[in-house]
Amino acid sequence: MNLSKSTFWGYKRENGRIGVRNHVVILPVDDLSNAAAQAVENNVKGTMALPHPYGRLQFGADLDLHFRTLIGTGSNPNVAAVVVICIEEEWAKKVADGIRASGKPVAHFGIEQHGDHDTIMRASKAAREYLQWASELRREERPLKDLWVSTKCGESDTTSGCGSNPTVGNAFDKLYPHGVTLVFGETTELTGGEHLVAARCRNDEVRKKFQFMFDRYQDVVNRHKTSDLVDSQPTKGNIAGGLTTIEEKALGNIQKIGRKCVVDGVLDKAEMPTGPGLWFMDSSSAAAEMVTLCAAAGFAVHFFPTGQGNVIGNPILPVIKLCANPRTVRTMSEHIDVDVSGLLRKELNPDQAGDKLLECMFRTANGRLTAAEALGHREFVLTRLYESA
Amino acid sequence: MPTVHFVVHEEGDGVGVVVVEGVKSGQPLAGWIMEDDKDVEVTAKSDIPIGHKVALRDYKPGDTVIKYGVDIGKVVKPIGKGEHLHVHNVKTKRW
Repeated sequence: MNLSKSTFWGYKRENGRIGVRNHVVILPVDDLSNAAAQAVENNVKGTMALPHPYGRLQFGADLDLHFRTLIGTGSNPNVAAVVVICIEEEWAKKVADGIRASGKPVAHFGIEQHGDHDTIMRASKAAREYLQWASELRREERPLKDLWVSTKCGESDTTSGCGSNPTVGNAFDKLYPHGVTLVFGETTELTGGEHLVAARCRNDEVRKKFQFMFDRYQDVVNRHKTSDLVDSQPTKGNIAGGLTTIEEKALGNIQKIGRKCVVDGVLDKAEMPTGPGLWFMDSSSAAAEMVTLCAAAGFAVHFFPTGQGNVIGNPILPVIKLCANPRTVRTMSEHIDVDVSGLLRKELNPDQAGDKLLECMFRTANGRLTAAEALGHREFVLTRLYESA
Repeated sequence: MPTVHFVVHEEGDGVGVVVVEGVKSGQPLAGWIMEDDKDVEVTAKSDIPIGHKVALRDYKPGDTVIKYGVDIGKVVKPIGKGEHLHVHNVKTKRW
């Protein structure tokens, strides 16, 4: 596929970023605000609440990450406008101000001294205005470089390493030279292949930062583990699918960054890239956590290869699922956007598989709903670093 | 197109990945080395589910298993060529 003149149709946001969806989000800052946020979603059809279980008594780096994830989610170009609700108005304002820096319309509401009813009424009025305003925004044709693409695989099996992950790698190798912004992560899931990622880093500075993130996560595992993690990493699904060790899983995982693109930079969790190229983001390997962090970092389309059939989606980031396992494609077809099982029958070569994924990427960017969107998968899962105070 | 029963990432890898359902012990298997597009054969000595690995050589405890040209773990029980290689006979070297 020649991508030199490729374009897609997206929504240009106030800060110049391009979104491929046009959501009006009702964002609770904490668990206590979920009920009000969901009531607003119910009152104003077409808005979307993002309920989650956290936000109280967090502190330090964990609190910073909480705010960074919420502000990043609201700032994502797939979001047109945001209504922020928090039990305390001061923190509602803090999150709203963070999102306002992107230039998009944001309103914020505190529940204390108002109660749910009054808050829901005030927030619903703002949400209705935003929704009608957003409904008149139009897509415009944009160059490929304006698209930000993330990847993370899940419920991997051995077909991921020989089929679906190399397909993402092929697509990444084709997108990279066109100035697209790309990200991968899953820090513990590089264990056994970390030397291969280190060797792909652009320079010593990037390599040092990558190694720091990798070692930091290994320390967490070593500090808390009670076994060789055989019950969780690889997962039961991975093992059922034939993956035996973390090393084998990691080597399959790394296929997603292709063979040519260079790791240009390293990000902390939910941190936004500052330029085009391939970025590594320190992150959990749990699907919903990682994809939520990608959305918070500003990514607009996600490639999700699966082997045994992970069903994940995200509220604001379209998750394109591809699979090379013929059994999964047969038994879970409603979840799979791109079938690349032909790779393992020699019916499809890697170049054709990569093009098939890119074709789906353009259709998705232009507005086609992914399987996860159609099925209502909206997993919004915030990463925690440690206990609340 | 003849059926590919298992794929091997690289020449020199000690395992293949079964990519068809229903492989039975005693079945001759046709393999494909993806890296250099070569053919390889082995006879299954176990029933092996789709996605699971077939040993392409004999292993003894302490041996290292190579896949993608890289170390993926250590052998903890003897494995014969053609047998099912998985968590019952191979463990991680990490963690």
